[in-house]
Amino acid sequence: MAASFDLKNDGVVVIIGSGAGGGTLGNELAQKGIDVVILEAGARHEYEDFINDEWDSFAQLAWKDKRTTSGDWRVAKDFPNLPAWIVKSVGGSTTHWAGASLRFQEHEFKAATTYGKVKGANLLDWPVTLAEMEPYYAKAEAKMGVTGTNNWPRLPGNNNFKVLKAGADKLGYKECHTGNMAINSVERDDRNSCQQTGFCFQGCKWGAKWSTLYTEIPKGEATGHLEVRPNSMVIKINHDASGKVTGVVYADKDGKLQEQKARIVAVAGNSIESPRLLLNSESSKFPHGLANSSGQVGKNYMRHTTGSVYAIFDKPVHMYRGTTMAGIIRDEARHDPSRGFVGGYEMETLSLGLPFMAAFLNPGGWGRSFTTALDHYDHMAGLWIVGEDMPREENRITLHKDEKDEHGMPIADVHFDDHPNDEAMRNHAYKQGQALYAAVGATRTFPTPPYPSTHNLGTNRMSEKAEDGVVNKHGQSHDIKNLFVSDGSQFTTGAAENPTLTIVTLAIRQADYIAAQMSAKTI
Amino acid sequence: MVTVYEKKPGHEKKAGLSRRELLKRGGAGALLIISGSAVISPEHAWGLETSALKPETMATLIQVARDIYPHDQVPDKYYAIAVKGHDETAAKDPAHKELIEKGIAELDKKAGKGGYRGLGWEEQRVALLTDIEKTPFFQAVRGGLVVSLYNQKELWPIFGYEGESYSKGGYIARGFNDIEWL
Repeated sequence: MAASFDLKNDGVVVIIGSGAGGGTLGNELAQKGIDVVILEAGARHEYEDFINDEWDSFAQLAWKDKRTTSGDWRVAKDFPNLPAWIVKSVGGSTTHWAGASLRFQEHEFKAATTYGKVKGANLLDWPVTLAEMEPYYAKAEAKMGVTGTNNWPRLPGNNNFKVLKAGADKLGYKECHTGNMAINSVERDDRNSCQQTGFCFQGCKWGAKWSTLYTEIPKGEATGHLEVRPNSMVIKINHDASGKVTGVVYADKDGKLQEQKARIVAVAGNSIESPRLLLNSESSKFPHGLANSSGQVGKNYMRHTTGSVYAIFDKPVHMYRGTTMAGIIRDEARHDPSRGFVGGYEMETLSLGLPFMAAFLNPGGWGRSFTTALDHYDHMAGLWIVGEDMPREENRITLHKDEKDEHGMPIADVHFDDHPNDEAMRNHAYKQGQALYAAVGATRTFPTPPYPSTHNLGTNRMSEKAEDGVVNKHGQSHDIKNLFVSDGSQFTTGAAENPTLTIVTLAIRQADYIAAQMSAKTI
Repeated sequence: MVTVYEKKPGHEKKAGLSRRELLKRGGAGALLIISGSAVISPEHAWGLETSALKPETMATLIQVARDIYPHDQVPDKYYAIAVKGHDETAAKDPAHKELIEKGIAELDKKAGKGGYRGLGWEEQRVALLTDIEKTPFFQAVRGGLVVSLYNQKELWPIFGYEGESYSKGGYIARGFNDIEWL
């Protein structure tokens, strides 16, 4: 049965956020008998409540609280108050994610060493290696049911995949398949297998896609050591005179401020909210925010070099049928500077329904050039580009100087300028994607600009040395021993792969570390 | 109160004119007719009553909507539904009313004699819209339209989009991999 802990209980681990990082960490700790309170800003919607409708689902799940944007990225112009498409609901963005679960490549943990000095980039090697991560990657894949691992078959390819595969073959790409997906290809873990419904982004109504909402969280609750408190927006982390954190202040479902005491606090609110909270927790002892002696909190915001290519054919495709992202080409994910950029990118199948295609194909576009594309919606195929972008100090989350949310907490501003490496990579990927579809007979292709960020990374980065980053190799803050970061904001660099598998892997590893440190009474 | 209705016999009184009269007044080939507080499409038997905006303004707005997102296979009715929210907002917000009325009046003025709707070629009308592309008026109309037009479920089959699929068991047995031409 789910636990219920007293606000004054200062023996609990408080986790802020219930997504890939927070939800996983919460269950892993609960399984070890450690008492956990997860505070989640959003409401709890179970998977039968999800909606097969893009705008209605967006209204149900998305983080819509106002943010501001600046910088030269196109999102700032097209969606000035919606820099990210992420979730405010129990399960966090694991309700919305597509399920692509790829391990990082060895060299991507050593970006500074491998890529060398890149002007205008704040590159750093991770304080962990692939070899250290591998046993935990294996645990994450087993937990999530990743296809193509543990003898689980890959998903069957849908129409959109078949077009991608035909193009990949024509271009001579070697590594093209339906991906490593945390979506059941067979019934397992008391959950359905994928029914090819095509609304992965709107929450899987079959529960076939892994989400902390209906895996980690109920499993943790069943131990009696986990309480998930929805509609609880944390606005400040408190500390004592010694600098140790002691609890968090949050607005409850009625907007009333409460303080939950804690032995340990783990921040897992995604890469915009996590630094926002640390910055907003400034005090006379920590005038620049918590865990910020390096000045790196909020900096090095990464969002992956993204873009899409859509193509129209003279015959029907119906790309929206079936698993949205079960299709990948990995050949361009290698590091090969002869292409004119460092790092690499993946190409993954992608589809939007008609309402979102209209909103995202060419934001602001109108007239016949735009509408004739939509006229052939059922003849379209599409792919998404996801590649490594460069960390930059000036790409950062800051607290807005004037605007505050309903709880009086300054809203977040997201500043992002594309690095020349990002632009070179995106242009290369557009060219490859367009050539791929042309090879299958596309009559028209569309190099589609990035959507609001779904991969938000790096704003509390891991570093070997305290002066280079915010947390150590276990996500423990360099400055405060009982304060952890447990989401993608820990990422030192972004790698080319979708981040969720690595976030889950880090959370499993972090749980072992926290349990060991608690036993040793060091925290 | 704005209602879009199929013009069935019982509704003729509401519009204040019979279909026969409408056809007589509008003359052959007329697309949209203004009658009292309504915009009426006698050919396609629907009407849209306005409460805050002038019906002439609404008729022009419908044409503007089509010129922004032209789909020749989509009937006017859907464009009317897509812009009727501006009338509802105008009823509550005088600033919005002025934005739309003034925006349309300026378009009419630029179009010269006969107004915006009097311009026979789409290219002529689009040239006027391109001139005002950066204005708050145009941005308000286009920005709202991208949702209010394309989020009409009745319109999705025209584009070959099938919408909700969970209740039908997804596509696992309904063609997720039925492509044959590759």
